[in-house]
Amino acid sequence: MRPAIRFASIGLALAALAYAAAPSATAADAVDPVADAKAFKKYFTDKFPKVKLEDFVNGPYSMDEGLHQQWQEKEQFPPYEFSLELGKEMFSKPFKNGKSYGDCFPNKGIGIRQNYPYFDEKEGKVITLELALNRCREANGEPPFSYVKDEMAALTAYMAFTSRGKPFDIKIPNDPRALAAYENGKEYFYTRRGQLNFSCATCHVQSPGERIRAEVLAPALGILNAMPIYRSEWSGMGTTSRRFTSCNSQIRGVPFSPQDDEYRNVEYYLSFVSNGLPISGPGARP
Amino acid sequence: MTQTGNAPLKITDPTKHVLTKHVLTKSALIPAAAVALLVGMLATSLPAAAQSSVAEGQKLAFDRSKGNCLTCHDIKGGNLPGSIGPALTDIKRKYPDRNELVAILVDATKRNPLTVMPPFGRNRILNDKEINAIVDFLQTL
Ligand code: HEC
Ligand code: HEC
Repeated sequence: MRPAIRFASIGLALAALAYAAAPSATAADAVDPVADAKAFKKYFTDKFPKVKLEDFVNGPYSMDEGLHQQWQEKEQFPPYEFSLELGKEMFSKPFKNGKSYGDCFPNKGIGIRQNYPYFDEKEGKVITLELALNRCREANGEPPFSYVKDEMAALTAYMAFTSRGKPFDIKIPNDPRALAAYENGKEYFYTRRGQLNFSCATCHVQSPGERIRAEVLAPALGILNAMPIYRSEWSGMGTTSRRFTSCNSQIRGVPFSPQDDEYRNVEYYLSFVSNGLPISGPGARP
Repeated sequence: MTQTGNAPLKITDPTKHVLTKHVLTKSALIPAAAVALLVGMLATSLPAAAQSSVAEGQKLAFDRSKGNCLTCHDIKGGNLPGSIGPALTDIKRKYPDRNELVAILVDATKRNPLTVMPPFGRNRILNDKEINAIVDFLQTL
């Protein structure tokens, strides 16, 4: 494509996403998450007409047939198996006080991954699954885990596994603070920052399917459904927190701490706009 | 906040682009024009200085902590190129005026506010001298 035409088409598509809700309304009343989510899905399904909606959760593997093949071969001996088993074991083992993880969650923690993150109206903040797990530990007198890998990845892997196939079902309660959290997450996602002037959207909305060096960029639609993931590059598992902070350092920006408000809001935004797509975690990536 | 460069540029707010300063543009263009003259006059047999500038430019373009242009562009002589930007071929014909190349490197958002390409000059990822060396190299492609 001639560059000029390329600019124009990317520009239009992004403007459509950003202004999807109400092109002429003022910022204050332009927040319409349902319209956002619809425009978001349309953007990706128009861009990749051959990819089935539920396949977007396979990230880079959904973008390229050769990669898809690799993925299917990988799934025969999934590299996240050890983590899943560890998570299952940890989940059933009681804390020192006799309680266990299941006591902290609805339905004993089984098959609920699709409802996280949620907006807690008492606290006025977004609560992610990782945060809820560490709070559960602390409430039961156990020290919190690192947010980025190992035990936290194992626990979330198991919880995701018991929810596989369930569509993301993120709710935005009728509370102005919930809408504000969503809007902040969205703004964070589209704001360019750092020396390289990248936003999350630069890579995952403008360039999905393209190679950045040897890595194929995942589309932002369904980008959290497979979390946590095993990555060959990490030779291990990583959580949503790990992915967010490492994407942020890649762009020579200073990452926040895991579970800072900004990241919780981004997770809220990204999960909401992927409502309806199935949980597929834990995942494996090149 | 996280930014190390300029104030964040939101793609949701195109008016912001107008307000950003393009600090390096002027100073970069003057030496660029001079080098262009030189290269033009001696095109058939490159002087030693220009040749070393080409080599230096290639090094900077491939260096991951400098231009890292291969992240996005296929460039002759480089390994594992990305595909976000167009392959950099036939540059001399597409951009006979080297000032255009300097301008793209200084701040590609001036041509295309939504471009993915980082503003190497404006955000001081590369200085004037480094940009000129890379442009020398680009003109051999
Ligand atoms: C310079 C490019 C770049 C930017 C900017 C970027 N990422 Fe990424 N991201 C990557 C690469 C490369 C990968 C690994 C390949 C892949 O899965 O997309 C990745 C992977 C991810 C994944 C895992 C996807 C999967 O299926 O494995 C998530 C989630 C993610 N990024 C979120 C973000 C968020 C949130 C931001 C902004 C804070 C962001 N990224 C900014 C390059 C980027
Ligand atoms: C993160 C991606 C990225 C990086 C890094 C990058 N570019 Fe680009 N570049 C692009 C894109 C995308 C275009 C297409 C036009 C546009 O979007 O502005 C482009 C266009 C160009 C063009 C115009 C090509 C044409 O055929 O019209 C030149 C020249 C260029 N880049 C040189 C460089 C050099 C030299 C470097 C390194 C110092 C570099 N780029 C780094 C993404 C990038």
